[in-house]
Amino acid sequence: MQADSTAGLPTRQSFLTEGGSLWLPPQESTTAHEIDALFYFILYSSIILTLLVTAAMVYFVWKYRRKSHADRPVDVHESKWLEISWITIPTLLVLVVFFWGFRAYVSTAIPPSDAITINVKAQKWNWQFEYANGTNVPGEIWVPVNTPIRLEMTSQDVLHSFYVPEFRIKHDVIPNRFAYVWFEAPREGTYQVLCTEYCGTAHSNMGARIHVVSRTEYYKILREGPPGVVQSPAARGQSIHDRLCAACHSIDGTDGVGPSWANIWGQPRPGSEEGVVDAAYLRQSILYPQAYIVPGYENGNMPSFDGSLSEEDLAGVEAYIRVLSGAETAADTTVVDPDATAIGEDAPEGGMGDPGVPVADPVDPSDREAVRQDGAAPQQ
Amino acid sequence: MATLTPAPPTPTAVPREARAYPVGHEPIHNYLREPRPADDVRGGARAWAWFKLWALTVDHKRIGMMYLVAVSVFFTVAGLLALGIRTELFTVGKTIMEADTYNRVFTMHGLIMVFLFIIPSIPATMGNFLLPIMVGAKDVAFPRLNLLSLYVYAAGAMIALYSITTGGIDTGWTFYTPYSKETGTAVIAMALGAFVMGFSSILTGLNFIVTIHKMRAPGMTWNRMPLFLWSIYATSIVQILATPVIGITMVLLVMERVLGIGIFDPALGGDPVLFQHFFWFYSHPAVYIMILPAFGVISELMGTFSRQRVYGYRAVALSSVAIALLGFLVWGHHMFTSGQSPVSSIVFSLITFLIGIPSGIKIFNWIWTMYRGSVWLKTPMLYALTFLFLFTIGGVTGIMVGALAVDIHLHDTYFVVAHFHYVMMGGTVMAFLGGIHYWWPKMTGRLYNETAGKLSALLVFLGFNMTFFIQFIMGSQGMPRRYYDYPDMPWLEPLHQASTIGSYVLGVGLAVVLWNGIYSWFKGKPAPGNPWGGATLEWTHTTSPPDHHNFHHTPLVTHGPYDYEVLFQTSGDSRGDGHGAPVPDVEVGAPQEMDKTVDDGTSQPDSATDM
Repeated sequence: MQADSTAGLPTRQSFLTEGGSLWLPPQESTTAHEIDALFYFILYSSIILTLLVTAAMVYFVWKYRRKSHADRPVDVHESKWLEISWITIPTLLVLVVFFWGFRAYVSTAIPPSDAITINVKAQKWNWQFEYANGTNVPGEIWVPVNTPIRLEMTSQDVLHSFYVPEFRIKHDVIPNRFAYVWFEAPREGTYQVLCTEYCGTAHSNMGARIHVVSRTEYYKILREGPPGVVQSPAARGQSIHDRLCAACHSIDGTDGVGPSWANIWGQPRPGSEEGVVDAAYLRQSILYPQAYIVPGYENGNMPSFDGSLSEEDLAGVEAYIRVLSGAETAADTTVVDPDATAIGEDAPEGGMGDPGVPVADPVDPSDREAVRQDGAAPQQ
Repeated sequence: MATLTPAPPTPTAVPREARAYPVGHEPIHNYLREPRPADDVRGGARAWAWFKLWALTVDHKRIGMMYLVAVSVFFTVAGLLALGIRTELFTVGKTIMEADTYNRVFTMHGLIMVFLFIIPSIPATMGNFLLPIMVGAKDVAFPRLNLLSLYVYAAGAMIALYSITTGGIDTGWTFYTPYSKETGTAVIAMALGAFVMGFSSILTGLNFIVTIHKMRAPGMTWNRMPLFLWSIYATSIVQILATPVIGITMVLLVMERVLGIGIFDPALGGDPVLFQHFFWFYSHPAVYIMILPAFGVISELMGTFSRQRVYGYRAVALSSVAIALLGFLVWGHHMFTSGQSPVSSIVFSLITFLIGIPSGIKIFNWIWTMYRGSVWLKTPMLYALTFLFLFTIGGVTGIMVGALAVDIHLHDTYFVVAHFHYVMMGGTVMAFLGGIHYWWPKMTGRLYNETAGKLSALLVFLGFNMTFFIQFIMGSQGMPRRYYDYPDMPWLEPLHQASTIGSYVLGVGLAVVLWNGIYSWFKGKPAPGNPWGGATLEWTHTTSPPDHHNFHHTPLVTHGPYDYEVLFQTSGDSRGDGHGAPVPDVEVGAPQEMDKTVDDGTSQPDSATDM
């Protein structure tokens, strides 16, 4: 069971979307308009300049075309005035652009002090998000609308880059270092995260989704865990596969970066004399992938998911693999009662704008201004 | 006056042999044929003797031609790889290759284009061939060193291509760490190849600087140097000062991989962003190594085909030097999103805008060169005009990505891909093609087919814009670069398809150029010495092709490179068959007015006799 407003496809599903233009995607963050204004200023100046240059070129080619091979052009003397004008005018123009770009950069780069912080962990080839209360969600996050969100990002392996076109934000994610971006989305919707720093085989599949939801819904998710919890283990496994594993592991038997998941449950362990693919084997493969490597996949690309997948997640993946092999049990496809699920209850209270902790709660935007003016830095 | 003798009366009444040089234009010691093996050497021995004469030559013209063949081969290979990339992107999902193959293909496309084609393209081919002739010398200052740089280039190319046999390299041409530390071992071979090729670049630059300083003919003052020489001079400065840095960086990368010295690898406490600083400290100036020679070619083309002095000669000449020097201070604009300090980003952004101004000055001056000129729309001029249009777009989109805030959105997207293809391909490659057409008669002694030339210019123009203009839109809509697939943006498919079709048109256009070159080399009409009415020494004082030693007498330069006035009586060739073309001043045995004392403001020795 997928909650329709909180999960699903990105809002932008066509080339010319409402709010977008031929050149730019819709503006879905509060800072996008500053970048777009400068973009259009440069665009239109450039079009005018290019047209002038082209017009002069075409006119001169036509006007002074060679009519006879005895053409003897007039000796043209250089005009100081002309030279000076085409040095100074472009200089002034680019200085305007520089200052504009500089100002917009400063105002878009610095996050408001009351922003909610979410940790982002990038690794080949997925994104994982962790709320301050310890809730760990792979591949997608839910954030409240009209609230500044600050992402604190680090990489587990190589360079990645976090890019959301609609928010006009991008920052490289570097191992051993924290990088930050922030955004505030004024509308609900789902936005695609893209990796823009080349990171290997499945670079182009390294996506994630940001769901901008209402404040009520956001609190609900913080308390009860992501919407995906209310589903059968197999469905949970499937959604984990889609978000984390699909970049490398197919489910239809086609060869990918890693082995396919089709029909492996209960089969002999590939390349090994003993044992079959069972829960223990899968667990080892997910948590300690270098312990045993399937022949033919010595690339060593599989990262460890130790600490990033919960017990329920692992059980879900196992259930999903059983389903793919037609070996599912009744429990695999039974929807788990949310009240009996341990995840939401175990999650520590507080932080993250949970209503139980008023200090950290980013209230509505008008109040934020008041907070700033008081100079009281909200506790993070 | 070192001027040209008027053309002989048109010999239409006399039936001419189809494959004979026009009267008065016959090369006397054609460098392609002299030196040659002794007449009594026959058969295999003769072939071997020919081979040795070319492979061990120190003649700058033969070295330039060998470079031309090499860069053409690499350009073709890397161009085919580009078509592979575009074909793969034709549909969402797998089209013709796997992701790992694709990553190797785009990496090889970038590496071959940058290190094996575009960096040596104009300096090593046209620079080698023309620089000594343009300064009025018999060869470069260090002819053996020149041959050495050809062999160092070849060795570097072999080492780099060896990496394909060891699994290929999939890091992108930028070798960013830590990915380049983790991925396959072929990175070592490729890094060493780039290291070795760097020496070739340094040696060539050194040779050119010394030649320009020390070997100019009497009367060839700095202000009479063709602008091509100014731009090659500026390029050489960058080659000498910047290339060592990429050498050091590549050595550090290899040491990081082999010894684990921990300078770039974060797992060992290193800093991956440091690698980016090192890399771009070379690779941004390298962008000017690629584009400055193109500026020089365009200056020559605009002058000759407008029959007008290049407007603002001094501004165009000095702006090349300004670009060369400022080019060292802008590398950080490749790293606005990398996490470098915001203060340095701001400084780099400012200097980036300042470096745009000299380029703008050049564009305006070139266009104004046509003012009240006599514009002759031959193939080289078409390529030059294409350059002006495409480079202007490349320049203004450079302003776009140089603006800090906007670059945050556009960085590492197709917008950047389109921008640098407009500059590198729309700029350097158009100038390369224009220059090759312009100097083809001089280099080979043959006229290319003008119709095929114009057709190719048209196809290249249309194909190029169709391929890359669409990529501006895809990029600003958010399509990241180096993507094997676009599963999250399937609605971009029609744009990708249009771009791919454009690349095929571009490929056909370039195939026409290749065919035209090969065909005309063997079957083309013999060229007159000065088919275009150029006023620089290679046109006025040598035949096509030039003699082995370029000049029989060191020329005396008495006028500027674009003083077409002295040629006006003997205008260019209207039919492209040598009729009426100015006859170059190459009389053997008769000193060329050397007895006259001309106060040309210089007291330079006759460097050729000092050799």
